[in-house]
Amino acid sequence: MNRILTLMAVLAVVFGICSGRIEQVSTALLQKCGDAVPLVISLTGALCLWSGLMEIAEESGLTKKIATLFRPVTGRLLPAFRKDAKVLGLVSMNITANLLGLGNAATPLGLAALQEMTAKTGKTATREVITLVVLNTCSVQLIPATAAAMRLAAGSSAPMEILPAVLASSTLSLVVSLGLVAVCARLFPDREGGR
Amino acid sequence: MKLFAALAAPLAVVGILVYGLYQKTDILSCFARGAKKGLHTAASMLAPLVLFFAVLGMFEASGGLDVLCHFLAPAAELFGVPREVIPLALLRPLSGSGAMTIFQQILSEYGPDSLAGRTASVIQSASETTFYTLAVYFGAVGISRQRYAAFCSLAGDLTVILSAGWLVRKLF
Repeated sequence: MNRILTLMAVLAVVFGICSGRIEQVSTALLQKCGDAVPLVISLTGALCLWSGLMEIAEESGLTKKIATLFRPVTGRLLPAFRKDAKVLGLVSMNITANLLGLGNAATPLGLAALQEMTAKTGKTATREVITLVVLNTCSVQLIPATAAAMRLAAGSSAPMEILPAVLASSTLSLVVSLGLVAVCARLFPDREGGR
Repeated sequence: MKLFAALAAPLAVVGILVYGLYQKTDILSCFARGAKKGLHTAASMLAPLVLFFAVLGMFEASGGLDVLCHFLAPAAELFGVPREVIPLALLRPLSGSGAMTIFQQILSEYGPDSLAGRTASVIQSASETTFYTLAVYFGAVGISRQRYAAFCSLAGDLTVILSAGWLVRKLF
């Protein structure tokens, strides 16, 4: 991500000079950096709500129950945390929220799980950390509700007809990504102590 | 199905509260403690996103996306991905709102039931704002060595683009 951001900035300047749009690039830089603030503020409510509810679920023992329920899946995905009910519970709920298309709920759950994980693994992304990130960048959504609504508004005769293709495509991408994580984990194993 | 999706969040809230009460958990003080953590998460999300949006804004304004589209379009058509959806495919991992705008444009310009419209619908629904997600996740918890995370995530996006082109041609 560090390299990608730097590359994008360099490309922006080079393209900007070549296309004579460097002035717009300069204005955009000053305008757009502020965009992050209203976005985060608009997410803060959801972040607090779900983090608060998760604390209740944790305290009441609900997280542990859910973790046990999903252990066959999550335990296999995150072998290093197989015995960690809190991480498994949060990841289970993160996956569920993604499946249901509840992005606002999925992000705080995923971040909470990530915080739990990195408290033990440190500043280097381990295989488990990368797996969690991939589960969120390539998540499968069961019902493409937003796209279907936009298709309907644009006059589609069958807005939901894309469903099978969407499911096949997103499942395939998740399988490919998780497969690559497994391959990379073999090629570049996590180093004990070298974190 | 639609009802099920709409029920999920309210049911989760009710379920957590009822179970908490049943287990005699101190709901309000627990919630306050957790929500405070959420506030902290929001604050730690903001910093990396400022840089992300600044660079993204620069890149969009520079016209870099158009240049990339121009060069990538022939390659994409080779794999059966219609040229019209390339801007969406490139913008989707970067910006959720930007992708939404382009998706809307494709729908109204080519029609939702055209090859381009359907392929765009699949790309829009099956992939995520990958770069944004990476910036939020790694930025918020301060992970300095990200290793193969970006590579694996982007391979997923590429899979969506290529399979969308192929699936839409096969299924419709």
